[in-house]
Amino acid sequence: MARRHLLEFEKPLVELEQQIEQIRDLARSSEVDVSQQLLQLETLAARRREEIFSSLTPAQKIQVARHPHRPSTLDYIQMFCDEWVELHGDRRGSDDQALVGGVGRIGQRSVLLIGHQKGRDTKENVARNFGMATPGGYRKAMRLMDHADRFGLPILSFIDTPGAYAGLLAEEQGQGEAIAVNLREMFRLRVPVIATVIGEGGSGGALGIGVADRLLMFQHSVYTVASPEACASILWRDAAKAPEAAAALRITGPDLRSLGVVDEVLPEPAGGNNWAPLQAGEVLKEAIERHLGELESLSSKELRDQRYRKFRAMGRVLTAGTTENDLAV
Amino acid sequence: MSLFDWFADRRKDQYVGKVTQEQDEGDGLWSKCPECSQVVYRKDLIANASVCSHCGYHNRIDSTERIALIADAGSFIAINGELEPTDPLGFKDRRAYADRLRETQAKTGLRDAVITGMCRVDNLPMALAVMDFRFMGGSMGSVVGERITRLVERATDERVPLLIVCASGGARMQEGMLSLMQMAKISGALERHREQGLLYMPLLTHPTTGGVTASFAMLGDLILAEPKALIGFAGRRVIEQTLREKLPDNFQTAEYLQEHGFVDTIVPRTQLKTTLASLLRLHGSRPVEVVG
Repeated sequence: MARRHLLEFEKPLVELEQQIEQIRDLARSSEVDVSQQLLQLETLAARRREEIFSSLTPAQKIQVARHPHRPSTLDYIQMFCDEWVELHGDRRGSDDQALVGGVGRIGQRSVLLIGHQKGRDTKENVARNFGMATPGGYRKAMRLMDHADRFGLPILSFIDTPGAYAGLLAEEQGQGEAIAVNLREMFRLRVPVIATVIGEGGSGGALGIGVADRLLMFQHSVYTVASPEACASILWRDAAKAPEAAAALRITGPDLRSLGVVDEVLPEPAGGNNWAPLQAGEVLKEAIERHLGELESLSSKELRDQRYRKFRAMGRVLTAGTTENDLAV
Repeated sequence: MSLFDWFADRRKDQYVGKVTQEQDEGDGLWSKCPECSQVVYRKDLIANASVCSHCGYHNRIDSTERIALIADAGSFIAINGELEPTDPLGFKDRRAYADRLRETQAKTGLRDAVITGMCRVDNLPMALAVMDFRFMGGSMGSVVGERITRLVERATDERVPLLIVCASGGARMQEGMLSLMQMAKISGALERHREQGLLYMPLLTHPTTGGVTASFAMLGDLILAEPKALIGFAGRRVIEQTLREKLPDNFQTAEYLQEHGFVDTIVPRTQLKTTLASLLRLHGSRPVEVVG
């Protein structure tokens, strides 16, 4: 227990958990029956956890979304697929480790899976560039999506990035162009595309693999137009106002559901997906298979038209004759 | 991230081509070039498309001036000008977004950061969108996305080529994720325009960054840019922080992008119209029959 990575707002639980541990030790070393007490404390701890996680602020959700033990793209792939072959490279001279992909089987279906990949510790994160993909990563993703289009494989995309990599080489190699081309070409795909924000969705770097027929999001995942830190620096002129910015930007699943950006918010166990990764895997697998079932009945033309209309409807503007009230959520 | 950097840069006033209004000297008859400090008649400067005749520095121009430089006189017909921004998030930082909008509208006389319409260039029909940097840094919110998307759809329906003049700090944070989604929406419309075999050209002007660079600015069949315009995805400061080293002086200029293969041609503003007309003709545009 002591080695668990604790988030700051989970601290109230620590004391309870320590008490539970102590009583367990006591029970092991003596004949005293403490099961009653133990049950009481465990129920209390569960309730406290439930309370804490049912009222997280957007800034706290960001911490959950960035939890180092939150299941990653490769974790989900491992949970979903009996058969899986990772595929590498953009055929342009690079193989980005921050954006992974391959072919696999989920249930009866062959699918293409792509996603941002973060590391669990510093060493892994350096190798994965903290899940910040380079232009080569986006081009690799597009190459794989084109492959899926050619072979009729549905595409499952997993979003988990602080943003596209900001670096000299990334600019030289056309980070903007790489993302832009993906945005356009994903509208052309004739196969179903389901994207899920499994952790954090950071701006254009997330959208670069996020033009989908269905956008799912976990309960404590976040999806942002700009990082709250950057937003606070610009608009508040004070990076310390990031929690205020996080709240103002409306970055949580329920917010984005009401804005028409997200199609379904997937529940997480109290404590977050890092607390029960297998349960998270089951929830996501069920949702993906359900949405795939719906999308598979559509022709490729219907799919493309629907995808276009979905994004076409996004945004809020006032036209002649409408008032602010007509647009109220 | 890029917007952050852009704002930071603006405060320090240290980017490549400085953002400076022509500085009025006394009664406004004269204008001093922010690059070479040469003082010229304001009238002469405007007659030269606001390009310094001594050093070639391109002063910022607004959307009205830009349209006048591109479209045949009297040919531009604005569409969807009635679309107005709203405040979908009820966003408030140090000030309410709704107040900022009203104030910017009053100050600029614009409803939002882009003007769209149909026009003729040397009597060749063309759909034209011009972003206006004065309106909240040309940031892209729902109205910018909707106006451009409607223009692209109209260009597709009427089978005409399209030019989008870009000038933007990126997505408009005050409209949250709805702003980000405009990148996808416009890209989807451009895919349909492209599928019809129609020509799309973005013109990248100072500055074109962030979400605009990562969508329609980089999706041209041909990508044009103005000399020395700042063009990039991430901001210079953010990159410097990541790298902890100095970046090349011409980093993220139009010239740098051309060198790396992301800009087809850099067009001085004084040659913009003739270049556009040539490109349109070379891609099969035919003059409009003048009736009467």
